[in-house]
Amino acid sequence: MSNNLVTVAYIAAIVLFILSLGGLSTQETAKRGNLYGIVGMVLAIGATALGTGATNYGALFAMIVPGVIIGAVLASRVDMTEMPELVAMLHSFVGLAAVLVGIGNYLQPASELGAELVGVEETIHLIEIYVGVFIGAVTFTGSVIAFGKLKAIISSKPLTLPGRHLLNIGLLAGTVALGFVFMGSSGGVQGTSGLPALLGMCGLAGLLGAHLVAAIGGADMPVVISMLNSYSGWAAAAAGFMLSNDLLIVTGALVGSSGAILSIIMCQAMNRSFISVILGGFGQGAVSASGGSSAPGGTATSTTVEDTVELLNEASSVIITPGYGMAVAQAQHAVADITKILRDRGTTVRFGIHPVAGRLPGHMNVLLAEANVPYDIVLEMDEINEDFGKTDVVLVIGANDTVNPSAMEDPTSPIAGMPVLEVWNAANVIVMKRGLSVGYAGVDNPLFYKDNSKMLFGDAKANVSAILAQMQTVDAKVPAMAG
Amino acid sequence: MVLSSERTSERASEKGEAILQAAVHASEAARSITRKKIGIPKEIAAQERRVAATPDTVKKLQKLGFDILIEHSAGDAAKFSDAAYKAAGCEIVSSASELWSNADIILKVQPPQAHPNGQHEANMLSSHQSLISFIWPAQNQDLVGQLSNSQATVLAMDAIPRISRAQKMDALSSMANIAGYRAVIEAANQFGRFFTGQITAAGKVPPCKVMVIGAGVAGLAAIGAAKSLGAIVRAFDTRLVVKEQVESLGAEFLELSFEEDGSGEGGYAKTMSPEFIEAEMALFAEQAKDVDIIITTALIPGKRAPVLITQAMVESMKPGSVIVDMAAEQGGNCEVSRSGEIYSYHDVTIVGITDFPSRMASQSSQLYGTNLYHLLSDMGGSDDFKIDLEDEAVRGALITYAGEVMWPAPRAEKPPAVVKPAAVESQSAVEKLGEKPGEKKAASPVVNWLGWGALLSAVVAMGLSAPPSFLSHFTVFILACFVGWQVIWNVSPSLHTPLMSVTNAISGIIIIGGLLQLQGTAGGGWTATTGLGAIAILVGTINISGGFLVTQRMLKMFRK
Repeated sequence: MSNNLVTVAYIAAIVLFILSLGGLSTQETAKRGNLYGIVGMVLAIGATALGTGATNYGALFAMIVPGVIIGAVLASRVDMTEMPELVAMLHSFVGLAAVLVGIGNYLQPASELGAELVGVEETIHLIEIYVGVFIGAVTFTGSVIAFGKLKAIISSKPLTLPGRHLLNIGLLAGTVALGFVFMGSSGGVQGTSGLPALLGMCGLAGLLGAHLVAAIGGADMPVVISMLNSYSGWAAAAAGFMLSNDLLIVTGALVGSSGAILSIIMCQAMNRSFISVILGGFGQGAVSASGGSSAPGGTATSTTVEDTVELLNEASSVIITPGYGMAVAQAQHAVADITKILRDRGTTVRFGIHPVAGRLPGHMNVLLAEANVPYDIVLEMDEINEDFGKTDVVLVIGANDTVNPSAMEDPTSPIAGMPVLEVWNAANVIVMKRGLSVGYAGVDNPLFYKDNSKMLFGDAKANVSAILAQMQTVDAKVPAMAG
Repeated sequence: MVLSSERTSERASEKGEAILQAAVHASEAARSITRKKIGIPKEIAAQERRVAATPDTVKKLQKLGFDILIEHSAGDAAKFSDAAYKAAGCEIVSSASELWSNADIILKVQPPQAHPNGQHEANMLSSHQSLISFIWPAQNQDLVGQLSNSQATVLAMDAIPRISRAQKMDALSSMANIAGYRAVIEAANQFGRFFTGQITAAGKVPPCKVMVIGAGVAGLAAIGAAKSLGAIVRAFDTRLVVKEQVESLGAEFLELSFEEDGSGEGGYAKTMSPEFIEAEMALFAEQAKDVDIIITTALIPGKRAPVLITQAMVESMKPGSVIVDMAAEQGGNCEVSRSGEIYSYHDVTIVGITDFPSRMASQSSQLYGTNLYHLLSDMGGSDDFKIDLEDEAVRGALITYAGEVMWPAPRAEKPPAVVKPAAVESQSAVEKLGEKPGEKKAASPVVNWLGWGALLSAVVAMGLSAPPSFLSHFTVFILACFVGWQVIWNVSPSLHTPLMSVTNAISGIIIIGGLLQLQGTAGGGWTATTGLGAIAILVGTINISGGFLVTQRMLKMFRK
């Protein structure tokens, strides 16, 4: 296959990738978008494999076939609640691949690059390799730590070492210093003698990635995951630069900006700057700063499953606002069944999703979709916030900071200004929670003490299942309800 | 930012739960010792079909820990049989005197009056008993005196203050709602035409025009009912604040070109100036010629209802028109209405009936019973039943207590007008909050300029030194970033997880690097480069297949 044909195939692949991402703008076109992506990928790999005219197909298949099988098995086995873990793991693979490609490229004898690089071009090539490997290494270890935290192998609490900012700066400085060593000892006659510096930088970058993510708490994970998503894109783009491959550059840039946008959306949803999230340690200092001053008065009223069922039976409109607690308790199926019963009776049921609910952007949507909740009743915060005033019952399932009125009412609160679901405007609010503990931000929640809110303590799944069971028996007893 | 400390705080909250459960057990034990008895007598007033508890509200009352006694056939007129009450766990009592002597708390609809058995209901009360019903203390001074002599505790449902916390106990509102609906039904019954306009094979039917005067609870209910029957509805109220509510129901709000707001205390209207009334009457006279149905609901507390529809206006109306005067009992808004009667005057049917809620006894009993339930729940249920003079709702409703006349309650509540500026204030506080991030941004223009400067110089330096091959790649890179930026903002937030997994799969494109390295060695021999490339291909392929397949799996789940 000629080089021009390969280029045309690459262009087709680029267009298909852009269509693939564009397809995700609505649920109707999303499946087609995914197919575009697959076709684009097959085209790109096929063209590359055939185009270079080389012979090593045996090794190629030996690598690709098990890779496809492992990927397929992972994809079909994963639970939707475990999506954040899977995504983090896949990010680490991209990071690892970027590191391997970068080092491999450096070790490749210059004669096989087709043309000897000289002067500025060579310098730029070396910088590309160095940057590519750096981003790859940070992505790799960062994703591994994120995976560990999500899987609860590592504590999800932020790791706050003394002088952690200094440590980060030191690691960065070390990286730059090694960069000069690397540049000095590479290229031209020196061949690959810069390898130790490159590998040393890998170590530093790995440490940096691990430490950065370790310092970020569990509930900031949506930002971390999007950030790593972005990094994996930039790593691919950097690889494209060092291989002079436009397809890699474009794809990397697409993925990189996608991750960046997600990070921005998540940060806006928490009213925090990207820098403050990345620097980590949130929710530690905040407690001591505000604990005394903003302790809300009043007592929280607890309620029972029976009373909740009664409220739901009488309600004509219900909004459910799930949080990470629903995912932890795996309560989404029971929630979906309750939704179905209520909708069959003619009750309006909708879901209000806060952008940072869960551990992954859009995590709640996927969980609810898995449980067969129609996506047109699952609404974003901005779409539903005005409707709480007209709602009879709001069920808060395992959410805390995203429904905290102090974000709007208390200017001294650490979460002041963060957009929240205004559930307290509804006639009745049932908060399902294990206890009265504070949420991730370490802020007490005045919602629990409001007159119209009641606490339903206990495991979310047990409670939701009990509600479901009661509603089913009610339906069985009163068949007239249906007619 | 959700519940991350949930897991860590699990143990602490388990302990809390245990305490909570212990408390529940303790209160259950107490409950079994002192269950208070609620008595529901049969209403004795003429034309009264309501009853103070339905089989449904009885169950709620039982949950508060009460035992319920109900007089034989008390619910018959409201279509609730003794059998239904029995099934709900009530004890049926055969005579009124037995019921009054056995119950701790009597729930009634109408104020106490002379019983056919010869006794006055007020005299059947004894000091340890409580009575909750409508009392109308302003109109029934003698009755209040009689009740205080009995030493019993008496609460009036009509005296519950109109504060937001007490809305669930506000029987006046729940009855007014029913009355407004029923007024439209009565009007429709007397009106000889359709409400909704129709175009049929037999000709065109014009829609009926309804004017509702007074957009309180009853007025709004009437507007809603008339509107849903298909009529053209106009509404008038002296309180300009209700304009929005009227319009939200789809009715037209009639306005005078006159500046005066009639909002008085407790959501009622006040008496207006003579100039205003003159302008208002001119408006009604003009409307009377046009509309088919007039429903008036204008009441001023403690005074005779204002006359809004004069005899001349009635005479100017089209034959067959209907006037429903919901204020007939308080003298009537219409000059010619007769309390409790439906009659025809100059071919206009004037409905002056006063028992609208009672005409829908099943519905009104249910809502009234629920109001009572909320009040009793507020008073502590059976275990902690008490008169809390600090409780604004209970204090407002309290008529007599331990032989003292407690009505009217001292006015502690600020008039609603004061609430307004407070609301504005809190709004501006919110606005201030909103400004916060803006201020932060404004504080760092220097940093911004430094950033832009650095970027600019980097671009210039690149242009001066970088080779053309790099620049062409760089062009592609920047363009791709912009394309990505534009495309991704369109992605629906609910698809963010599939977006991540699909970008994950796409970023597996990095295996092309590995491919090039693997293929690059023409001889096929293994070097460090090919080895690293091969591993990169392996992990990259996992990414690609895993990412695409899991995306496909997720997208299949999204359904309407």
